[in-house]
Amino acid sequence: MNAQLFILALFDGVAYAALVFMVAVGLTLIFGVLRVLNVAHGSLYAIGAYVTVSAGSAIIAAGYSPVLAFPLMLVAAILVGVVLGGLMEKLLLSRIYDRPEVLQLLVTFAVFMMLEDVQRLVWGNQPYFQSAAVNLLGNVELFGVFYTSYQLIFLPLVALATLIGLRLFLRRTLTGKLITAVTEDREAAQFIGINAERVYLLTFIAGAALAGLGGALASPTTSVLPGIGTEMIVLSFAVVATAGLGQIEGAAVAALLIGLGRSFAVYLYPELQVLVPYLIMLLVLLVRPEGLFGSPAARKI
Amino acid sequence: MAGHHIRAALFGAALAAGAIPALAQDGGKPDEVKVGITTFLTGPASVFGVPARDAAEMIIARMNENGGIGGVPIQASFIDEGAGGEALTAEFRRNVQDGADVMLAAISSGNCTQLAPLAEDLEVINLMWDCGTQRIFEENDYKYVFRTQANATPEMLASVLYLLKQKPDFKTIAVVNQDYAWGRDSWDIFSTALKAMKPDVEVVGEFFPAFGAPDYSTEISRLSALRPDVILSTSWGGDLDTFVRQAAQRGLTQQSTFVLPLAESSLERLGSALPEGVIVGARGDHYFQHPEMVGQADFDTFVKDFKDKTGSYPIYSVFHMAQAFAALDAAYEKAIEANDGQWPSKDQLVAAFEGLEFQAYGRPISIREDNQGVEAQLLGTTTSSDMPFKTLADIMIFDGGPLTAPVGEESVEWVGGLTPAFVDEIKPTTFQ
Repeated sequence: MNAQLFILALFDGVAYAALVFMVAVGLTLIFGVLRVLNVAHGSLYAIGAYVTVSAGSAIIAAGYSPVLAFPLMLVAAILVGVVLGGLMEKLLLSRIYDRPEVLQLLVTFAVFMMLEDVQRLVWGNQPYFQSAAVNLLGNVELFGVFYTSYQLIFLPLVALATLIGLRLFLRRTLTGKLITAVTEDREAAQFIGINAERVYLLTFIAGAALAGLGGALASPTTSVLPGIGTEMIVLSFAVVATAGLGQIEGAAVAALLIGLGRSFAVYLYPELQVLVPYLIMLLVLLVRPEGLFGSPAARKI
Repeated sequence: MAGHHIRAALFGAALAAGAIPALAQDGGKPDEVKVGITTFLTGPASVFGVPARDAAEMIIARMNENGGIGGVPIQASFIDEGAGGEALTAEFRRNVQDGADVMLAAISSGNCTQLAPLAEDLEVINLMWDCGTQRIFEENDYKYVFRTQANATPEMLASVLYLLKQKPDFKTIAVVNQDYAWGRDSWDIFSTALKAMKPDVEVVGEFFPAFGAPDYSTEISRLSALRPDVILSTSWGGDLDTFVRQAAQRGLTQQSTFVLPLAESSLERLGSALPEGVIVGARGDHYFQHPEMVGQADFDTFVKDFKDKTGSYPIYSVFHMAQAFAALDAAYEKAIEANDGQWPSKDQLVAAFEGLEFQAYGRPISIREDNQGVEAQLLGTTTSSDMPFKTLADIMIFDGGPLTAPVGEESVEWVGGLTPAFVDEIKPTTFQ
């Protein structure tokens, strides 16, 4: 592998990692705050993709400028977050926070299965494609290889912006500090008057919106069809577990690790490509069971 | 007491004797011909399965309007292969127990491999109407299982031949196939045949991304750097769509010649995203603009009716379904004739399938002694037309006979024994 191929693999890895991070960060945020492993995250991703593709196709067919595809992604993400995320939290999860974690996991799993069927009911089985956003940004050439600017530049920038934005939000804004407080200790936060229920609702909506945004961002690059949610959720789990549950910056590192690992595998040893994310997760967890950045949590009995 | 017993026995015997004529194999026509059809109604392969089901409904309705088979209407029930192996086997059994006369199974080669021995056990006629694995008939003998289409071997061999005839001087090839049985097996056959007929070819990359992979970016980058002359992909459905679109976006389709043996099923869906100059196969001689069939009333009506009913042009799974029903019809006709106009028994129907010749919407197909169908293969190169999607030009239609592994031989071994002279030996019909 010469320098040129190394750099190509690097760029491919970063582009892939950016997308994976977008989905994993929502998952880890929700877990960090609510201590709920949201299996339905994959469906929220998929529905974000479907909504973006459907709305985008409708807008373009109506003759509007394809540039609208970009703000549309934000709109789709917010819709998914507020409507689906909000409903899910308010109606289902808020009732079972004090129940065993297994029950919470099963409930989110049940929602996941239902949403998978909803996708099929609404959009059917055939693949959808709407790549106006990618086509708008054109290609960029690197060592004779053409990359789409969307994947090489836009996605990593968005991922970086999300990372920095979340960090600033959680550390500098009032709401962010409330969320951090509730994450640390729910009871203590409630003692000093913080409305934990509202914090949970806000966090869940934010996490769900991030999942939807991930789907919206991914949709111009790939075929949207039933099953993409399942794929994404398994990969996100690997990233979140590797990073440590609840670690946002860690999720970025883990996503990068896994993205680069997979990319180099394709260049060096393609047969391993499918295995690499899970191999990395396995190795990390064997050495540090709480994840790269997680802290061993004391359990309150 | 004894007399009572004797009378009971006589009564029972009379009942049985009365029942026998109803089972008589040379008299009553049944009320209906029951057909159980497995197809993918959910899951990624539903892009094949649902159009095939629509085609079956259309064909059955039309056949029943004309009285059905030998004057007996057809009644079909559909089983979703997407429900998984366990549910599928259970449904298959249930259909047979409820009196299915013929089963049509299946799309997935995995399911065919499971259901063929089951059909043999249950002694029900099973037509493998879409699955491509060549192994079933190469590894075992079957009495009740028939295939009304070709298999992976002639499909891949025809693709190699078309490539070698169109681009005899290419040097390097790479493959991007789905990581499951079909992706692996199809590459096995293709690469063995290619190396046998062009020994100096160099395989520069073998990529098997996960089934359902949403992103081929890294593979495409790698291929862009490798610059092979030819890129092969036997993927289908959403995977093929994604791969082609992403490759086209990044100019890979301009750099290398793409060979896509299953792309006939994606022509309409890909629309303008599929560039010109791509070699496309159709798993048989299936094409809604088949040069030998366009203009014939039957063919044109079928294509138009299907488009009116579903909004899309027929794809190869639709034609495969039509072939299965054409075979069924022809077999019953042959059996009835052999039985002096009487409804045939199951064994007589089985005998009729052997050596059967039938035709649907392509060249005639024949079933040879190992129950494998011999079907022509069509390939073409994409070109622009006034359709909103690419159509095929430079079409070649290969006869299936010389391309199907001889009875009793194993496919990969057989293609490995071919020589470069084979390319010149095979002379397909060519069209502009």
